[in-house]
Amino acid sequence: MNENGNINIMVTDREGIAHTLEAPTDMSLNVMEVCKMYQLPVEGTCGGMALCASCHVYVLSDHELHPMNEDEENMLDQAFFVKGNSRLGCQLKITEELDGLSLQLAPVGE
Amino acid sequence: MEKTADILIVGAGPVGLFTVFEAGLLKLTCHLIDSLPQPGGQLTEIYPKKPIYDIPGYPSVLAGDLVDNLMEQIAPFKPGFTLGERAESLEQVGEKMYKVTTNRGTELFAPVIAIAGGLGSFEPRKPPIDNIADYEDAGVDYIIKDPEKFRGKRVLVAGGGDSALDWTIILADIADEVTMVHRRTSFRGAIDSVEKVMELTKSGKVKLITEAQAVGLKGDGQLTHVTIEVDNQGTHDLAVDYFIPLFGLSPKLGPIGDWGLEIKDNAIVVDTFDYATNRPGIYAIGDVNTYPGKLKLILCGFHEGTLMVQSAFKYIYPDQKLSFKYTTVAGVNGF
Repeated sequence: MNENGNINIMVTDREGIAHTLEAPTDMSLNVMEVCKMYQLPVEGTCGGMALCASCHVYVLSDHELHPMNEDEENMLDQAFFVKGNSRLGCQLKITEELDGLSLQLAPVGE
Repeated sequence: MEKTADILIVGAGPVGLFTVFEAGLLKLTCHLIDSLPQPGGQLTEIYPKKPIYDIPGYPSVLAGDLVDNLMEQIAPFKPGFTLGERAESLEQVGEKMYKVTTNRGTELFAPVIAIAGGLGSFEPRKPPIDNIADYEDAGVDYIIKDPEKFRGKRVLVAGGGDSALDWTIILADIADEVTMVHRRTSFRGAIDSVEKVMELTKSGKVKLITEAQAVGLKGDGQLTHVTIEVDNQGTHDLAVDYFIPLFGLSPKLGPIGDWGLEIKDNAIVVDTFDYATNRPGIYAIGDVNTYPGKLKLILCGFHEGTLMVQSAFKYIYPDQKLSFKYTTVAGVNGF
């Protein structure tokens, strides 16, 4: 975490380009919102309610993340390209513990 | 060619609904079209039980309740509805007259079109199988219109939600063979439906393959086999007549994208003066439009619809003077 109380997360887009995103920890933001702030191609269609899976990401680093709630599990159940390290960006809250988190945007289906 | 209404609103979500109210205050009539069978758009379809916290005056309101309230609020203005049909094509058929034709051939006429299409129309999610488009209408169905089509056939249903469970139960009595493939071992559907499918599996009427997914389709023009990949066990082909993937709905801009409107980032470009598009008499309001500083909020859509109908009035009746009345003074006088 830097002196402004911000953390950095690394996001690899669907073209394989890595972006470092700086995110404040005191605004109850989530990973989906931060991706949108940086205009990465994340739709966030449902507005962060775990209802659309358009913010589906793969977690590449070994950060210990809070377990999925039922909504997230159910949504990932309907999504495509799901892997063991799949999460919904909208359910990952930006906290100090996520500093250095590395993610990859999952492909989008039709 | 009879005018259906003054304003044809494409999309019956919250913004389309509230626009009826603001148009009604100016004595403009509205008709709404929506591909979903009920009004409310994503509020009703995706999250009816979720609270919304940013509607002025409501610290919290359930999405479904907001839609019910909007329907009550616009009732005095007697809007027309064409529901369960998708606005497909747009044609200019006269001076200040457009014709919109739906996917079911319904023709609607109005001088002004207000596109309040939100995220677009809700279309079935298609699983990412390379050649799936080749078998659409040749063995692959995303929507079941008439279950009788499957009588005596071998059917594979994919998905683990309510619609996959419900159709598996219904088809178990109709089809010759029903297989259900699901990525996990648990189901998120209604407990009753899950139990019923388990019973049908035990009695042999349904074959259940879990921790597996359909990954390939085979056939010579007509589907004959689906390749199923079972976690850690490789793939095998299952002989079927029909493959029915049921993975819910996702929104698509759809045919509106071909209406000659300027599109940027999947949204319609408008002028913030009156939310007009590049075509005269056609406006776009709510989540479907874009402009510098755009926020996709219901609140902003309400504002956009309110300003838009003022411009629509002047467009339809250029010689009439528009007088704006506050409802606090005049009340709401319906039609």
